[in-house]
Amino acid sequence: MHVINLSKTRDQEFISRVEQESGQNLSLCYQCGNCTAGCPVTFVYDIPVHQIVRLCQAGQKDAVLGCHSLWLCASCQSCTTRCPNSIDVAHIMDTLRHMARRDGYATEYGVKSFTDSFLESVERHGRAFELGLMMLYTMKTGKFWTDVDLAPAMLAKGKLGFKPHPVQNKEAISKIFKRFREEFAQ
Amino acid sequence: MTTLRYAYYPGCSGLGTSKEYDMSTRAVCEALGMELIDITDWSCCGSSPAHTVDDRLAGALSARNLVQAGDIEGVDAIITPCPSCLANLKTARHRLQKPEFRAEVNKLLERPVHGDILPVKSVLQAIVEDVGMEELRYRVRTPLKGMSIAPYYGCIMNRPPKIMEFDSHENPMALDNILEALGATVAPFNLKVECCGASFGVARRDIVERLSGKLLNLAAENNAQAMVTACPLCQMNLDARQNQINVANSTNHVMPIFYFTQLIGLALGFSQSQMGLEKLVVSPRELLAGAAG
Ligand code: SF4
Ligand code: SF4
Repeated sequence: MHVINLSKTRDQEFISRVEQESGQNLSLCYQCGNCTAGCPVTFVYDIPVHQIVRLCQAGQKDAVLGCHSLWLCASCQSCTTRCPNSIDVAHIMDTLRHMARRDGYATEYGVKSFTDSFLESVERHGRAFELGLMMLYTMKTGKFWTDVDLAPAMLAKGKLGFKPHPVQNKEAISKIFKRFREEFAQ
Repeated sequence: MTTLRYAYYPGCSGLGTSKEYDMSTRAVCEALGMELIDITDWSCCGSSPAHTVDDRLAGALSARNLVQAGDIEGVDAIITPCPSCLANLKTARHRLQKPEFRAEVNKLLERPVHGDILPVKSVLQAIVEDVGMEELRYRVRTPLKGMSIAPYYGCIMNRPPKIMEFDSHENPMALDNILEALGATVAPFNLKVECCGASFGVARRDIVERLSGKLLNLAAENNAQAMVTACPLCQMNLDARQNQINVANSTNHVMPIFYFTQLIGLALGFSQSQMGLEKLVVSPRELLAGAAG
């Protein structure tokens, strides 16, 4: 069993950051477990979602930002919808992912690489370009595209283009990313 | 009948993996008296990845499209077929009501957000609310008699209710009612709003194989001959990945997965190729031949 010493590792600043960035009041959670009961991906989580909220209340930054669950949340909004205290739990999960990224925790490298590849594709073309995104993903992970078995059917059906469909004003989108890095990224 | 006019946001997948959804949406909307005006030079809304990186970045990617939709004259709403685009556009619109969030997003944009933003709806909502079931029923030429279909909504079309503001978030009925209006049989399906595994197909296929597998199993147990979706990602997971799912779970489903617009189109009298049916990976040909015969 994994034991956490709550008094030694309580990080008050972490608690305030989570509350401020997610706009949620963590102390409203009374650990009913409704969020976890409806969470479709609990079977791959190392920490179930109600326990993540509990660990946030207790200021356990390392345990929370270092867990796998954050990267495996499907953003299905079931937790948010079913919380009896109207806590936007999915937004807390999003906020924690933002922090984990900024602070250099990435426990699911494949998931992070997929996100990065997707956004790089959008930054370049203004729209998502599926084949290009898969090539970026392969380069980042060193894993050959695991979906090659899908490619022939998708190509034959004209669903996987060889060329991106860029927007005319591509700079407008790449500048959103550039300004974002200048303004807000660490 | 007066024509309904909308600013249309097609979404990136409509150019690739869900071409048939875009095709059938355009054809069906026209036939139902809905005029779609594409948002000029629309760009990606950020899809599922952007909001996992930063709220302001995600907000700006959606906001660029909301601003450009505002240039279109004589429309009351933006509509999009894709629930993921819908959720992003609606969440951005919701958060942009807050002046602090708006100010931060505006720092990222070439054309900042000013004043009101057009409401955003799904194509599904526009057909249900603006066209209506009575009108739809009246326009059916070839009812989908004898076909039993499971209505699958996916997780985010109606959730969270405070933002999505459409139908019930636990037991939505829009697709059920459409199937009924088209003359099809609605198969019982109590996983209507369960998650299919979302965009984890690439990085963690095991998640999609388990969650989408559960959906296919239930549809088959309830004797559905096909499933109907409104989401490109759900459709892709259930259709294109059906073989991967079968291999992983030792099942042998051969379950066609339609977009709801394709079924409306067939019932309105469009041909199978006009609805892009040949683009579905699991072919519905046999099912449709059986229904016609
Ligand atoms: S559903 Fe809400 S109150 Fe219950 S454990 Fe989850 S976050 Fe806490
Ligand atoms: S949003 Fe994430 S944490 Fe919440 S129920 Fe869905 S998958 Fe689980």
